[in-house]
Amino acid sequence: MKPAPFEYHAPRETAEALKLLAELGDGAKLLAGGQSLVPMLALRLGVFEHLIDIGRIAELRGIERRNGELWIGAGTRQATIEKSRDVASAVPLLARATPLIGHFQIRNRGTLGGSIAHADPAAEYPGVALALDARMEVVSHEGRRTIEARDFFEGLWSTRMEPVELLAGVSFPIWGGRSGFAIEEFARRHGDFAIAGAAIGIELDGGDRIRRCAIGLIGLGSTPARARAAEAQLAGRPVAEARPDEVGRLAMEGLESVPSDLHGSPEFRKRVGAAMVARAWASAAREARDG
Amino acid sequence: MAEVKVRLRVNGQQREASVEPRVTLADFLREPLRLTGTHLGCEHGVCGACTVLVDGAAVRSCLLFAVQADGADVTTIEGIASPDGDLSPVQEAFRDCHGLQCGFCTPGFIVSVTAFLREHPDPTEAEIREALSGNLCRCTGYQGILHAVRQAADAARRGEL
Repeated sequence: MKPAPFEYHAPRETAEALKLLAELGDGAKLLAGGQSLVPMLALRLGVFEHLIDIGRIAELRGIERRNGELWIGAGTRQATIEKSRDVASAVPLLARATPLIGHFQIRNRGTLGGSIAHADPAAEYPGVALALDARMEVVSHEGRRTIEARDFFEGLWSTRMEPVELLAGVSFPIWGGRSGFAIEEFARRHGDFAIAGAAIGIELDGGDRIRRCAIGLIGLGSTPARARAAEAQLAGRPVAEARPDEVGRLAMEGLESVPSDLHGSPEFRKRVGAAMVARAWASAAREARDG
Repeated sequence: MAEVKVRLRVNGQQREASVEPRVTLADFLREPLRLTGTHLGCEHGVCGACTVLVDGAAVRSCLLFAVQADGADVTTIEGIASPDGDLSPVQEAFRDCHGLQCGFCTPGFIVSVTAFLREHPDPTEAEIREALSGNLCRCTGYQGILHAVRQAADAARRGEL
């Protein structure tokens, strides 16, 4: 038994959880699947007086098409997303990212919202949410608001949500037309956090020109990132002219605060990042072109 | 800190005990319930030694508080063999193929492989390796374990898991 003592609350409804959050203030922490939080508690990197377990709130789970988007409840387990045909057909990038999270035993407990709210810059779901311009549905005892993915991630393990707010669901835009998606990451062992990774979407027009593209970067900053300058340069160009290694190099330009630790220097990470972008670009472009 | 009562179905039997909320499912199984077959290695979700089935799904019991599992149906390594003591096909395969040496990690491997083969009775080599990546073994070098999973998959295809 390693975590410090805490009081446990298990609300059955979102409203009850929000009331508890408002009453208990900073001493309370939401517990979703626990696959990031419980290790932190075990190592005492985090100590909280109260844990509010949102795992028994049924209304936080589900996968539904809403207004041309795919809404996924924050409490939906990663294993459910991995097996969902709706996710595979509507948001292929999310479906392809899921098997890269931890191990199957972790995905049996871990949730979509838990991963996104935890906001680890090397995690798959924050990077995919940012790449796809997902919208976060955030609730508190005072009401409900939407935060765009580009505004959501603030820093390492920190988001723009207030302490009284809870992530209820995430809406993923459904790309139409001739699009292709790929995620590539490099980790020392399967299931480890990536040293660097890339999550890419490309949509082509009828003439094989890039109508739009999204290049999400994983593990290359204190938050997940987008290679927006590279995206802007690539838009409108014929996809055949966008060489994967050139896209990889472009995507690494201007990156700041690339992490440095015993797994690699910033320079090494950028080389790996460029290679992951190149690989993901090649595969997404192939899918967009050939279906 | 106040204790809370946790009721679980473990290996087919209704069990209950009062524990602090910070007690993990692994400690709950090992201490008040005295089911010490579930091993604790790292206690922060890396090694997989503590893997059990919760409502049929393999999970790390060190990353789950017992209170979170209140009302759940849990299978531990003690519930994998048949009630008369015959080894399960996965256990037999590990014995036949030298899939263990010291045995510390073995309960976690057996439980993980049982859940994996129930869902994927005809796995590819790559799927097997990926499925095993969540459990660490310091003795075998994994080759015996890989052989064991292939042998047990034959039983899974016959519907014997």
